Amino acid sequence: MSAHLSYGRVNLNILREAARKDLREFLDKCAGSKAIVWDEYLTGPFGLIAQYSFERQMLNLEKMFTLKGGRLPTADVKNIIFFVRPKLELMDIIAENVISADKMHSPRDFHILFVPRRSMLCEQRLKEQGVLGSFINIDEYILDLIPYDSDLLSMESEGAFRECYLESDQTSLYHTAKGLMTLQALYGTIPQIFGKGECARHVANMMLRMKREFAGSQTQILPVFDSLLLLDRNIDLLTPLATQLTYEGLIDEVYGITNGYVKLPPEKFAAQKKQGEAGKDLPTEPKKMQLNSAEELYAEIRDKNFNGVGAALSKKAKIISAAFEERHNAKTVGEIKQFVSQLPHMQAARSSLANHTSIAELIKDITSEKKYIYSSPFIISVLVNGYFLSDAASEAFFDNLTVEQEFMTGVDTDKVNAYIEDCIAQRDPLIKILRLVSMQSVCNNGLKQKVFDYYRREILQTYGYEHMLTLNNLEKTGLLKPQTSTRNNYPTIRKTLKLWMEDANEQNPNDISYVYSGYAPLSIRLAQVLARPGWRSIEEVLKMLPGPHFEERQQLPAGLHKKRQQGENRTTLVFFLGGVTYAEIAALRFLSQMEDGGTEYIIATTKLINGTSWIKSLMDRPEAQTL
Amino acid sequence: MAFITANWNPLGDAFYRQIELYDMGWSLRDGLKDCMVAAAPYGGPIVLLEWQSQRPSPSARPQLEIYSSSGVSMASFPWKSGPVRQLGWTVCDDLLAIQEDGTVLIYDLFGTFKRHFSMGNEVVQNQVLEAKVFHSPYGTGVAIVTGASRFTLAMNIDDLKLRRLPEVPGLQGAPSCWAVLTQDRQTKVLLANGADLYILDNTSCTPVTPPGLSPQACSIINMAVSFSYKYLALFTDSGHLWMGSTNLKDKLSEVETKVRSAPKQMVWSRRPKSQQPSVVLMWDRLLLVAGVCKETIQYTLDEECVCVAELDGVRIVGASRHEMLQEVPSACEDIFKIASMAPGALLLEAHKEYEKCSQKADEYLREIKEQSVLGEAVKQCVEAAGYEHEPETQKTLLRAASFGKCFLSNFPPEPFVSMCRDLRVLNSVRDYSVGIPLTHTQYKQMTVQVLIDRLVYRKLYPLAIEICRYLKTPEYQGVSRVLKHWACCKVQQKEEPDESIARAVSVKLGEAAGISYSEIAARAYECGRTELAIKLLEFEPRSGEQVPLLLKMKRSQLGLSKAIESGDTDLVYTVVTYLKNEMNRGDFFMTLRNQPVALSLYRQFCKHQEQETLKDLFNQDDDHHELGNFYVRASYKESKLEARLSLLQSAVDEYNKAKNEFAAKATEEEMKLLRFQRRLDEEKGEALLGLSLHDTLHALLSANYHKQAEQLYRDFRVPDKRYWWLKLTALAEKEDWDELEKFAKSKKSPIGYLPFVEVCVKRHNKYEAKKYVSKVTPEQKVKAHLAIGDLEGAAEAAIERRSEGEISTVLARCSPTTDRALLERLNRARSTAAKK
Repeated sequence: MSAHLSYGRVNLNILREAARKDLREFLDKCAGSKAIVWDEYLTGPFGLIAQYSFERQMLNLEKMFTLKGGRLPTADVKNIIFFVRPKLELMDIIAENVISADKMHSPRDFHILFVPRRSMLCEQRLKEQGVLGSFINIDEYILDLIPYDSDLLSMESEGAFRECYLESDQTSLYHTAKGLMTLQALYGTIPQIFGKGECARHVANMMLRMKREFAGSQTQILPVFDSLLLLDRNIDLLTPLATQLTYEGLIDEVYGITNGYVKLPPEKFAAQKKQGEAGKDLPTEPKKMQLNSAEELYAEIRDKNFNGVGAALSKKAKIISAAFEERHNAKTVGEIKQFVSQLPHMQAARSSLANHTSIAELIKDITSEKKYIYSSPFIISVLVNGYFLSDAASEAFFDNLTVEQEFMTGVDTDKVNAYIEDCIAQRDPLIKILRLVSMQSVCNNGLKQKVFDYYRREILQTYGYEHMLTLNNLEKTGLLKPQTSTRNNYPTIRKTLKLWMEDANEQNPNDISYVYSGYAPLSIRLAQVLARPGWRSIEEVLKMLPGPHFEERQQLPAGLHKKRQQGENRTTLVFFLGGVTYAEIAALRFLSQMEDGGTEYIIATTKLINGTSWIKSLMDRPEAQTL
Repeated sequence: MAFITANWNPLGDAFYRQIELYDMGWSLRDGLKDCMVAAAPYGGPIVLLEWQSQRPSPSARPQLEIYSSSGVSMASFPWKSGPVRQLGWTVCDDLLAIQEDGTVLIYDLFGTFKRHFSMGNEVVQNQVLEAKVFHSPYGTGVAIVTGASRFTLAMNIDDLKLRRLPEVPGLQGAPSCWAVLTQDRQTKVLLANGADLYILDNTSCTPVTPPGLSPQACSIINMAVSFSYKYLALFTDSGHLWMGSTNLKDKLSEVETKVRSAPKQMVWSRRPKSQQPSVVLMWDRLLLVAGVCKETIQYTLDEECVCVAELDGVRIVGASRHEMLQEVPSACEDIFKIASMAPGALLLEAHKEYEKCSQKADEYLREIKEQSVLGEAVKQCVEAAGYEHEPETQKTLLRAASFGKCFLSNFPPEPFVSMCRDLRVLNSVRDYSVGIPLTHTQYKQMTVQVLIDRLVYRKLYPLAIEICRYLKTPEYQGVSRVLKHWACCKVQQKEEPDESIARAVSVKLGEAAGISYSEIAARAYECGRTELAIKLLEFEPRSGEQVPLLLKMKRSQLGLSKAIESGDTDLVYTVVTYLKNEMNRGDFFMTLRNQPVALSLYRQFCKHQEQETLKDLFNQDDDHHELGNFYVRASYKESKLEARLSLLQSAVDEYNKAKNEFAAKATEEEMKLLRFQRRLDEEKGEALLGLSLHDTLHALLSANYHKQAEQLYRDFRVPDKRYWWLKLTALAEKEDWDELEKFAKSKKSPIGYLPFVEVCVKRHNKYEAKKYVSKVTPEQKVKAHLAIGDLEGAAEAAIERRSEGEISTVLARCSPTTDRALLERLNRARSTAAKK
């Protein structure tokens, strides 16, 4: 299940294997049968590096539990291993578990594995609770950057943006720097570091410091990466707010992708399932699917604008049915044998096609609008087969998109927007409102005080006064704020960086703006300009964005300087501090594939986000006692 | 060259040789007589302690002396502790002195006391009768037998776990002889009581019989276990020497020595790939080598000696000489045996002739080449060089090998090169002044790393660095490590001032990579030199490493800055918690105030753990805005309305102080709403408390409390648009169509009439919806008509507006059943609209 990690420009499977090896080594330390007690949050990220079946088989694992208070579930095992993040709350729960277990008869060995790092603070807490001595092994499992796909690394740290930009807690930046050091240990020193933003500066500083600290233990590896680009999320607050319009981006917007998996409503998948399990009722459990480049078709279509997906699917359908038709041409035994040998692959392709057609249909139901249908007749023929739908959901989607695009092009950003007003009046989901209002604020470099107060009052009156805290948070992070200067920089930035492209081609894109059907993500433009012609050409704009921009060079050990072949591409690692969206990833992949691009990108981030999950992470919801 | 074999003695089909290692540098008054001696294997140090019983008065203190293998004194001091039963060395060259009362004292190589431990309370009364120090994969162990005839084992003195072994039936006092064995990862004691042999392990005492032990014996009086724990030798009072495996399953041989008295020492002499293993027995004047082949060699000893078992032979240490007795390795035998025609021997001869410029060289070479064994010849010479002690012999062999190599193509150079390197290192440590007589076999077993450690331990830093550089050991593991040890030693020199030590250390270590200054500083601190420690810490590049020591030295403020510098937030937290306990609150807060990073982390900590402290922090900073937020957050935790209101009032006060008008007003509004909700709940029994204003209004409208709703709408200045939406949805949900119509007519709708149409359609009431279509503005007409499914109406409206987009919208809604005429009209209209 990990082969896809090896195919990319940089073999990320090395990283995954290193992570698995460490895990095995730790588990080997605990001799005898074992049960793992999971900090639930970690199960997702761990799924990306090791399968349960694999661990169980290899490591004499008997049981898995979720960490919760009170007594441990009974299990006849010698070792109980806690896999936890270094959080004080969790230490209290562990202490409770251990104390209650002590009363039971069978003696057990307890172990703790901290992910990603040991914490003195936590050990201190365990000591205070009087259980530190009960642990035979206390260890750390350094899992900073998790290989997510062949060109994508994520730290899967949900709170990173909030911690860095709202709470001035730079723990995740420390982990980032550590993760980058691990990466350099495996893939060689990265000779050039570029960055923009406060956090980027901080991470670069830590990296340089750590390099000094580890001086002498350098690995003699030919550098795989030519440069590293560190980008703060807060230099581009706009992009995640916009609705992503790539296939993968839309799946994430509509259903949410967590740790590489998506849960879908089961109805559309019913028919397929029946072939296998005849007579079964309609499934009621959501269908869980893994999404990554291991699936050939998905790798092909995920980064396309949704309007181009239909065409791709129908083309694929033709190819597959043609392939199945081949059987009529197979005459000799040899030909038949060859055909049969291809069958498993073809069947996998067919079921993959069926799955994605269903997903596309689901998304279509929500997004389809007249405009879309006219611009993409293929969708009708392939997906909808003439049946047409235009209910409230899709209309809302379209209206929403229109408003977003108005804001991004700078239309009426200084006035109260009627659509937002209506949405509030109809009590649409709060996150949607916050996304839109924030977007307007960002595109206007802050809202006029009157407009700002009006929106806030509307939100408080409609959704409850407790959201005052959330509004505060948004203001602190700069997402929703009052205008402080009369000058609005956004139009200048938009024009200089060509953030809006009128004639975005969704079917056969020639520019990254296709991922948002017109809007080119600012973050990616920065990466693009950096590669060619360089940031010096946009000094003015860079000054308008928050935080410093910088360039650092790291000395390579003698003899490791790369001699570039004629026409060989550079490899750049782009690290988004505070999260990245699938659409941005798609845009970078698009740049990698451009024939005259000259640069291939590997993407790393603290977390994969979309506007909804991002805003959610910034919300404060005091749990109100009932009065 | 001819006399290389002069000190060879045949034993069976092999030879034994004595190699002179050193003329001992010590001058001992009485030789090794009346001394307790212990020498460490692998050419380790030698310790001597005069027998205490020999002393005329108990008050006189015996002298303890430590020498290198070449007899150079390393330490000498009067023994002030209790009577010693046994001396021994640990694997890392520490001295162990096992006292009669079971206390084990540990000294370093230079006689500095390190620590002590006890072999158990029981021993104090019963005393230690005999003790042995042994080495196993688990480290250095100690075994004792007490006056109560009980054995106690400590497997590893660095991880002390005492094991008392079971009783041996019928044993009184000490056994006649005993040994410790390590077998199958278990450590056992093998002991003889008269003619009976027992194996003693953790749980049981098992009698055993060695196969084929000569029946004449009444008692086993000595035993020896080989270096590898694989072989056992037993000596009986009938003068028989039994040799076999330690598992007592196989017998190798039995030799009759014709000596009946107990030997003073008995050790195995083997080597890897031994042809003829033997046991070396030592009596007062006699040294006997008894081979498995039943032959013996006898040497006369002219002085008191001690035998030290090694991996590949036996060292014999005397008062004036230090020799190695070993089986001649086959490579050496092949080359040097008289009249040998082995390839190596021929090559050596050829080279000799070559140096004499004789053409015989060519003849010899041809002979070797004809047998095509030149490669083997070179290999033999290289290998034999490794086994030779004399540098001259080594050189001769290596030159011959190098000569032979010239006539070979693609012969791998590595063995030759690495042998040259190894020998250079070995010769330098074998030097009299260093005194580590390692053989090549031992060196390979021990590894360079350990050798470097030993040199460092002997404070031979320059030599250690020289070797690291010569072998090109990565700086991190080599030179840097040695320098660190040097620095640790340097900081203990009490007479030198801090300043000059710090300078000396930084000058020497400056460029070396991967030095841990904090370890050096920690050492300085242990010696009570805090100032020096702080100076040294300044050189530490890893700020994280500096922190624990700074805290220990009570330099917590500095520790905090360093923790922040490292970026490791956990470290910052650790220092902050430390400071919190150490300082009074005011100072603590002031310190945090100067360190914003620490402050914000501490705030996060308080937010989850100590709410009240958080408040104090905000108070101290006069951060009224955050205080306001704090009260708001706190208010939601209250389940009593009055308490919540009073907290909200505090929030209002704080917001006012912060001049945050909006927040103050919003919070006041919130309080107003809560009071209103309570009143209404009390009056009407509605459950409104806690709802948002919007939801309250909705609930009121749904419950027909229009008057109260109106009042709220006015009091809270709800925008008209939203109020209309609210009322509209509430009425439609109730399906109160009359009221809705009345509402629509009450005044001009601020939200237009399309929402009316849509709301009705949503409730599936097309009839009602139609009522409002006519009121919809022209721009929204098409949408309104479509909403109620009136395609024709929509078409009319669209055509009238001549909007291409709208016509398209309508067209898209047409189905195959749609009226042809209508379709045509639409298409026509679209093309005209498009032309414009």
